[in-house]
Amino acid sequence: MIAQPEPKRDVLARRDAIVAGLRALLPETGVIAEPLRLKPYETDGLAAYRQVPLAVVLPETTEQVAAVLAFLSREGVRVVPRGAGTSLSGGALPMADAVVVGMMRMNRILDIDYANRFSVVQAGVTNIGITQAVSGDGFFYAPDPSSQLACMIGGNVGMNSGGAHCLRYGVTANNLLGVKLVTIQGEVIDIGGEHLDAAGYDWLGLITGSEGQLGIVTEVTVRILRSPEGARAMLAAFRANEVAGQCVDAIIGSGIIPVALEFMDRPAIHACEAFAHAGYPLDAEAMLIIEVEGSVAEQDFLLDRIKDICGRFDPISLKVSQSAEESLAIWKGRKGAFGAVGRISPDYLCMDGTIPTSRLPEVLRRIGEMSAACGLQVANIFHAGDGNLHPLIMFDANDASSFAKAEKFGADILRLCVEVGGCLTGEHGVGVEKRDLMPVQFTDIELDQQRRIKSAFDPEWLLNPNKVFPLLPPPPALPKAA
Amino acid sequence: MTEALAPADEADLIRAVAAAYEAGTLLEVLGSGSKRGLLRPVQAARSLSTKALTGISFYSPQELVLSAHAGTPVAEIEATVAGRGQQLTSEPPDFSALLGSQGAQTLGGVVGANLSGPRRVAWGATRDHVLGVRAVNGRGELVRSGGRVLKNVTGLDICKLLTGSHGTLAVLSEITLKVLPTPERCGTVVLPGLAPEQGVAALAAALGSPYGVSGAAYLPAEAAALVPALAWLGAPVALLRIEDFSQSVAYRTDKLRMELAGFGRAELLDDAASRAAWAAVRDATPLAGDTGAIWRVSVRPSSGPSVAAAVAQAFAARWFLDWGGGLVWIAGPATDAAHAAVMAAAKAGGGTWMLLRGPEGLRASVPVIPPEPAALARITASVKAAFDPKGILNPGRMYAGV
Repeated sequence: MIAQPEPKRDVLARRDAIVAGLRALLPETGVIAEPLRLKPYETDGLAAYRQVPLAVVLPETTEQVAAVLAFLSREGVRVVPRGAGTSLSGGALPMADAVVVGMMRMNRILDIDYANRFSVVQAGVTNIGITQAVSGDGFFYAPDPSSQLACMIGGNVGMNSGGAHCLRYGVTANNLLGVKLVTIQGEVIDIGGEHLDAAGYDWLGLITGSEGQLGIVTEVTVRILRSPEGARAMLAAFRANEVAGQCVDAIIGSGIIPVALEFMDRPAIHACEAFAHAGYPLDAEAMLIIEVEGSVAEQDFLLDRIKDICGRFDPISLKVSQSAEESLAIWKGRKGAFGAVGRISPDYLCMDGTIPTSRLPEVLRRIGEMSAACGLQVANIFHAGDGNLHPLIMFDANDASSFAKAEKFGADILRLCVEVGGCLTGEHGVGVEKRDLMPVQFTDIELDQQRRIKSAFDPEWLLNPNKVFPLLPPPPALPKAA
Repeated sequence: MTEALAPADEADLIRAVAAAYEAGTLLEVLGSGSKRGLLRPVQAARSLSTKALTGISFYSPQELVLSAHAGTPVAEIEATVAGRGQQLTSEPPDFSALLGSQGAQTLGGVVGANLSGPRRVAWGATRDHVLGVRAVNGRGELVRSGGRVLKNVTGLDICKLLTGSHGTLAVLSEITLKVLPTPERCGTVVLPGLAPEQGVAALAAALGSPYGVSGAAYLPAEAAALVPALAWLGAPVALLRIEDFSQSVAYRTDKLRMELAGFGRAELLDDAASRAAWAAVRDATPLAGDTGAIWRVSVRPSSGPSVAAAVAQAFAARWFLDWGGGLVWIAGPATDAAHAAVMAAAKAGGGTWMLLRGPEGLRASVPVIPPEPAALARITASVKAAFDPKGILNPGRMYAGV
């Protein structure tokens, strides 16, 4: 288990006064302090970690968020921002002495502007909610994390969420125009706006993916895009991971950038097929789902080319979807992967490293060796176009030794990702889960540089201080005298 | 005369900055110096150039990833990736004609200034394609961020913070970019004879279509007359670019022409004419040629025409629009009054400005980019100090006193 910081005794002692102070700032239903009602906020998508917070507030306006943060920073109280609580890295895990600022009541879409192709939404609007609001007019919001039915745009900004279509459309950071940020001091700052490329430092880029370390985002201006004329998927199954990897290289090398290029290994294929009955080939070692967009004729042209390329790699099967329904069926298994693994194992950890795509076969081989050594099963799902690897490690949470093994296995996989030239997290964020692995990827100097940036926004380290960085005292602003 | 440092490698660069930090020596940070004329002039005892840090250090076409030392000429990188059928997606402009600069622009310069061309509107800015950096902060410490993979959310995104920071936070040593395949063909639908508002409405309709428009510009007749590929039309033009496989370019330009029929008869530019026209838009060559000031204003696209009208009312402005109308290029007299008119128009359009060219006196005395509100200015100063506590890197380049 990853250690949590010591609660501030003085804050715990002042709990009633702090809750009373919050009640003075918010509507009656906006402050939760009863133990039973705090319980639902004790964890997020990384459910192995649990901690009931001091209190939860549910603000409805930016002004309320600002008032709450100004009050809490005056009182020296730690703050944990929370959207839908879908983080897989423990990004919304509370602390005993912290107030959770839940954004779910700020769930309104404030503006949709098709001529300028943006929408302004509050932080508590769900990812899918944006697309649903504009899809009737043929538009969509591009980043599509697997949790998109539940996860909120504020959390997407915090984690710089990705999805299956990043290769073509980018991640959250590439699809934003502006945010409204409330600082820990309670100031409201508009960053960016309805235009591209604000002058000055790229605060928008820095805040996106900052995991609630720099402030709380209450409104987001997102780019909306016109949907393509159509999309179609195909499925290609291969005899070895190496061969599927070479096929991915050949597709990209041919100048085609599919909108999605997903890889599943044998255990993932079997788990998903048993769950979704999507017609996946059970005799394959590796499988690719490849999706293209455009008119029907354009889809045919691209899929024919891709089929030709796949044909050079001795495929076991190639299946081009003939209809929207068939594409849906091909995707059904992949999108249900978590549920599928959940059926065959009582619990699983979803890891999230990124590797150079050329190292995939080697990485999968070594993950297989680790799996055999520790006795835990793993299924691998991989965004093959962009190198983002999701090993699902299966364990039993009722068995403490099984969980400890799973955590160590996961950490070893992430070390391997860094060793081969990749990184600790492609889209889930560092959170609590990978906090103590940061020194694997960064030098002390680099971590101190990042920590000084945090200090510039949050001098007292009140914002989400149990996440992202190893637990150390804040770095000095100036180097120590020699 | 300033003393010029040009470290030979990264270790040398670290030593040079560390020595300047110890001594408190102010440094003008640059590559080839081709963008010296941008923003505020830097007063420094020494210049520190990355022009000797050259060469592509890593290129994996099938992984879409390239790394190069900061001083590598952009043209060299473009030639290398073109050899493998790829390109720099953000289409970095070359302002040498505009700025009258001599040196070949470097990768560090383009990333340091976050300059992007017409494809910005569809495929993102240079900052969206920077995957990793190695840089030396103002304490003489090597700081790496990002890496050589396409998806990475590990820690704070210092890549984005340094991109567009104009050498004020750290000196870029090496940069890793995402590159993408060069589409097989390029075609352009031209709608001649539209007034600016109609022209931008046509651009908006096209950008809101499913046909993947990768360039959307509007040139008044005077600007179009200065672009050989467009001059024959003798009219203002709205330009819409499609880049794709050949049959898709044919299909999509056709569909666009039909959907935009309400905007009048459309012409089609072939591949060669398209490339020439978009290079002119990218490099803003219609504004080159005189000695006045040049501004780049970014607003919500539908406000582009009103920004242009406002500045044209205030002074003898030459202008054109890119990014669907949202990027307003303006040339005019290098005066305080003209600058004030540009600032007012940009604010009214809900956007931002940059004084891209002007005499030193003007650049030193006006806000070359918008001043930040007090809360953000405080953060800017703190973040600057977090990288460069003694303020030795490009002092005053973006904001007076920072």
